[in-house]
Amino acid sequence: MIELEGLTKRFGAKTAVDHLSFTVRPGVVTGFLGPNGAGKSTTMRMMLDLDNPTSGTVRIDGRHYRELQEPLKYIGALLDAKAMHGGRSAYNNLLCLAQSNRIPERRVGEVLDLVGLTAVAKKKSKGFSLGMGQRLGIASALLGDPEILMFDEPVNGLDPEGIHWIRNLMKRLAAEGRTIFVSSHLMSEMALTADHLIVIGQGKLLADTSMADFIQRNSRSYVRLRSPQQERLRDLLHANGFVAVEAGGGTLEVDGATTEKLGELAAAHQIVLHELSAQRASLEEAFMQMTAGAVEYHAHGTDIHGGGDGPAGPRWGETFEGV
Amino acid sequence: MAAASAVLQSEWTKIRTVSSTVWTLASALVVTVAMSAALSALLNATFDDLSELERATFDPTFVSFSGMVLGQLAMVVFGVLVVGTEYSSGMIRTSLAAVPQRAAFLFSKIAVAGALALLVGMVTSFLSFFLGQALLGEHRTTLGADNVLRAVVGAGLYMTLIALFSMGVATMLRSSMLSLGILVPFFFLISQILSAVPKAKEVARYFPDQAGSKIMQVVPEALGSEKAPYGPWGGLGIMLVWVAAALAGGYLVLKRRDA
Ligand SMILES: Nc1ncnc2c1ncn2[C@@H]1O[C@H](COP(=O)(O)OP(=O)(O)OP(=O)(O)O)[C@@H](O)[C@H]1O
Ligand SMILES: [Mg+2]
Repeated sequence: MIELEGLTKRFGAKTAVDHLSFTVRPGVVTGFLGPNGAGKSTTMRMMLDLDNPTSGTVRIDGRHYRELQEPLKYIGALLDAKAMHGGRSAYNNLLCLAQSNRIPERRVGEVLDLVGLTAVAKKKSKGFSLGMGQRLGIASALLGDPEILMFDEPVNGLDPEGIHWIRNLMKRLAAEGRTIFVSSHLMSEMALTADHLIVIGQGKLLADTSMADFIQRNSRSYVRLRSPQQERLRDLLHANGFVAVEAGGGTLEVDGATTEKLGELAAAHQIVLHELSAQRASLEEAFMQMTAGAVEYHAHGTDIHGGGDGPAGPRWGETFEGV
Repeated sequence: MAAASAVLQSEWTKIRTVSSTVWTLASALVVTVAMSAALSALLNATFDDLSELERATFDPTFVSFSGMVLGQLAMVVFGVLVVGTEYSSGMIRTSLAAVPQRAAFLFSKIAVAGALALLVGMVTSFLSFFLGQALLGEHRTTLGADNVLRAVVGAGLYMTLIALFSMGVATMLRSSMLSLGILVPFFFLISQILSAVPKAKEVARYFPDQAGSKIMQVVPEALGSEKAPYGPWGGLGIMLVWVAAALAGGYLVLKRRDA
């Protein structure tokens, strides 16, 4: 269990993390979601006592990280895949960590095996691909067989097989009763792995909800219609109390209706339909709307931004995709 | 608090599994011994060309350490890299997540690296001394002569302290390149140049290398060098203060700043 209370981090004039309070519970995968620059990595670094909070506290099973004896046995973290010495072999990098926490050496071989790096265990880690580096980082997180695991964007750089593997690994670890905290900026990825969701934007908490709730509340369903007699169709829909929104490419979108109902209505008035389909807005869109709101709030809020910071920080999906 | 012995063991594994440890320490030894030997042989051959003052204050022990000027740079690189690669590789975050107690982490690292530097420093100074004396012919001295053993042991300590000082500086600056960029020119050029400039040398003699190297002299104003306001142990003490300050500074930076 990880508890955050009013956690705040300022870098000069920039508030990277803004009074975050939430709890990460055992037995489930908790997704930590936010656009680039939202403050996810900073929050995670503060959880591990690498960055000092400006104010607020983090407690790991009721204790401060610095008070943990042999912390790798409590909490394992993958922060940055490159956080190893490139001139040292994968095996030796893990051995250094194991020894510092009195973890038996055989565990090094075990975790290398678990992440599929046994064949390159004696190779210098600087030659590793991004995906291999990520696996090595995951191996280091698993080294102490900890109850709490934290992964900062673990699927970064993994191939589809690797992504599938890490998803299953996280689910399996959670099923064993462990606390899993995983960050991502992809809602679609979280929808597949996480049971619980914490969304932040501009360092502020935007949502702390179960995944099921989030899906239920945020997945808008609607019907898409296309017709050569668009004007007549729209009048007909309006006359029957449906709100039809023009959505480009000659299509209309209708909320709160079924395809059956609209199909029958069109047939009764002999309107030709070229398309009649049920649509579901993606969770990604819901997430974008949520975080875009945070950005806007910030820009018009009372916060005074210093010069050179841009109007509101990076907007979701604008420039940072596919890094 | 992670067990101290566990952290020491981990730091020992870290230091023995990177190649820079071997090449920096080997360079420190080879460069110091070889250059000292060459200068010893040279001075032996040209002894009669020395000025009267230089001949009167000829210090065979000190001469057999003349390669230290260059060899100490390898010790600087060793000290800097031991700490600096934690930062340049990003390993520091992994290391501190494993050992969050900053003092335990830093001082274990420094203890292990310092012990290794001491071992190499002592081997280097004894080798330098014996080889140098062998090449000095009739001008040689012996280990049993007054103050000679102090100077030889002192030379090993000097090399160790140079490495420790570099570790402290690298911990403060958190970067290998920046630390080397400051320390190498400082020890190799600035300190040497300032010690030859009239007013500046009053200050330069309190620099860690200038003060510390007094311990290697057996003859007080060896080879016509100037009289210092401190003795050999006083000089080493001054150097020790520098080292303590650098390490304390490094610890404070590590403790206060975000990793
Ligand atoms: N050491 C630092 N100094 C100054 N600003 C920083 C520092 N670290 C982070 N920031 C700023 O804090 C904000 C949050 O950054 P952080 O890396 O935590 O975001 P993130 O949610 O992890 O983003 P991403 O999805 O891109 O990884 C950013 O605006 C970043 O520029
Ligand atoms: Mg990040």
